[in-house]
Amino acid sequence: MAILTLTINGEQVSGKDDESLLQIARQHDIHIPTLCHLDGLSDVGACRLCLVEIEGQSKLFPACTTKPQEGMVVHTDTERLKRHRRTIVELLASEGNHQCAVCVVNNHCELQDLAYEVGLQYVRFPYLYPKKELDATHKSFVLDRNRCVLCTRCVRVCHEVEGAHTWDIAGRGIDCTIIADMNQPWGTSPSCTSCGKCVRVCPTGALFEKGQTVAEMEKQRDFLKYIVTARTKREWVAEATEE
Amino acid sequence: MKPKVATVWLGGCSGCHMSFLDMDERLIELADKIELVYSPIADVKHFPKDVDVALVEGAVSNVENEEMARIIRRSSKFVLSFGDCATTGNVTAMRNQFSPDEIMHRAYVELADGDPTIPSEFTTIAKLLPQAKPLHEIIKVDAFLHGCPPTPDQIWFAISELLAGRTPELPNVYLRYG
Ligand code: SF4
Ligand code: SF4
Ligand code: SF4
Ligand code: FES
Repeated sequence: MAILTLTINGEQVSGKDDESLLQIARQHDIHIPTLCHLDGLSDVGACRLCLVEIEGQSKLFPACTTKPQEGMVVHTDTERLKRHRRTIVELLASEGNHQCAVCVVNNHCELQDLAYEVGLQYVRFPYLYPKKELDATHKSFVLDRNRCVLCTRCVRVCHEVEGAHTWDIAGRGIDCTIIADMNQPWGTSPSCTSCGKCVRVCPTGALFEKGQTVAEMEKQRDFLKYIVTARTKREWVAEATEE
Repeated sequence: MKPKVATVWLGGCSGCHMSFLDMDERLIELADKIELVYSPIADVKHFPKDVDVALVEGAVSNVENEEMARIIRRSSKFVLSFGDCATTGNVTAMRNQFSPDEIMHRAYVELADGDPTIPSEFTTIAKLLPQAKPLHEIIKVDAFLHGCPPTPDQIWFAISELLAGRTPELPNVYLRYG
């Protein structure tokens, strides 16, 4: 492990070579918007909200899956990045069916927060109103694909933390969808332990507890840090202490 | 001359207009500053020709809404999408996953209390468009007021800005969906 020095938004910062640009930025209180990233899960670079510019490179890089290099000069908040981020949120909004007013997570939703952060006055693309299935067959939880942004947090937490691997993604492109086991009703899934982790990590109202009505569902995502730290360090604390 | 203001109710639940009325005593102040030339709360039959500001509630859901939207645009200097249904389609657009025929059947046959009949000639109710759309997909919109409904404070802010001759670039404190 080596300590590297780089520049983010004109500020000299240092970080370890096995950390991501996102981790290093956050350690220095530099905010980068994210959606698919969640502390405690592996990073997949799916949502592209964390894109940053690196001087000398024409393409953009997702901060959550990009490693630092000595002398790297990074920008996280340029006009070009702001334009891209707004476009991403607009595409997410137009490709799903979001009616915040009647959604279980209204006012506690990471997609809403992002819409506010990018200043989304309106969506420039035509809304697609896709036909999406809702799965209410599980005894405690509901999957409403209308609200799903395909961040795959549920897939990863179920596989990496719970070890059940109930969720997967089927289909391609705009037809991608979350499926349980062999594309069967969630309630019939033999692998699901009903632990509820997927429900807690879902950034939107796509996964929620039964019996929740509009704006009632507030998710606690901190629990993951405890579990992951307990596993790796055998300590019941939110952040692992440095060895 | 006082600015001419219109408020219009398209495919919405009238909740945005209720919120407008919830401005309470500020309405009295407003009455001194504007001339309300068209509104569901005023008995005026036709949309006037020279409106300064139009607040439009609701999605564009049927042929009548669509025609009205075009009249509003032709006759108004400034058009404001008033609330989430006008801005995103919101609850009104939840029907878009079904065809107009399925919806008519659901409303007039499956849910009918008495004699289930689908209105055959669209004489009493306007024909549904294939999908309900946000206002800006039909006509050019100049600014957006969010929320389901927008709060009285948001509405007051937007109107005050317009009366002061500014386009309400609604600051993010007023940006909230739902
Ligand atoms: S998931 Fe979030 S953005 Fe989508 S409808 Fe619910 S509150 Fe709104
Ligand atoms: S409840 Fe637990 S086991 Fe079941 S799908 Fe969700 S994370 Fe996996
Ligand atoms: S169900 Fe929730 S956690 Fe899973 S992919 Fe969709 S938005 Fe992400
Ligand atoms: S947070 Fe990096 S791509 Fe989603």
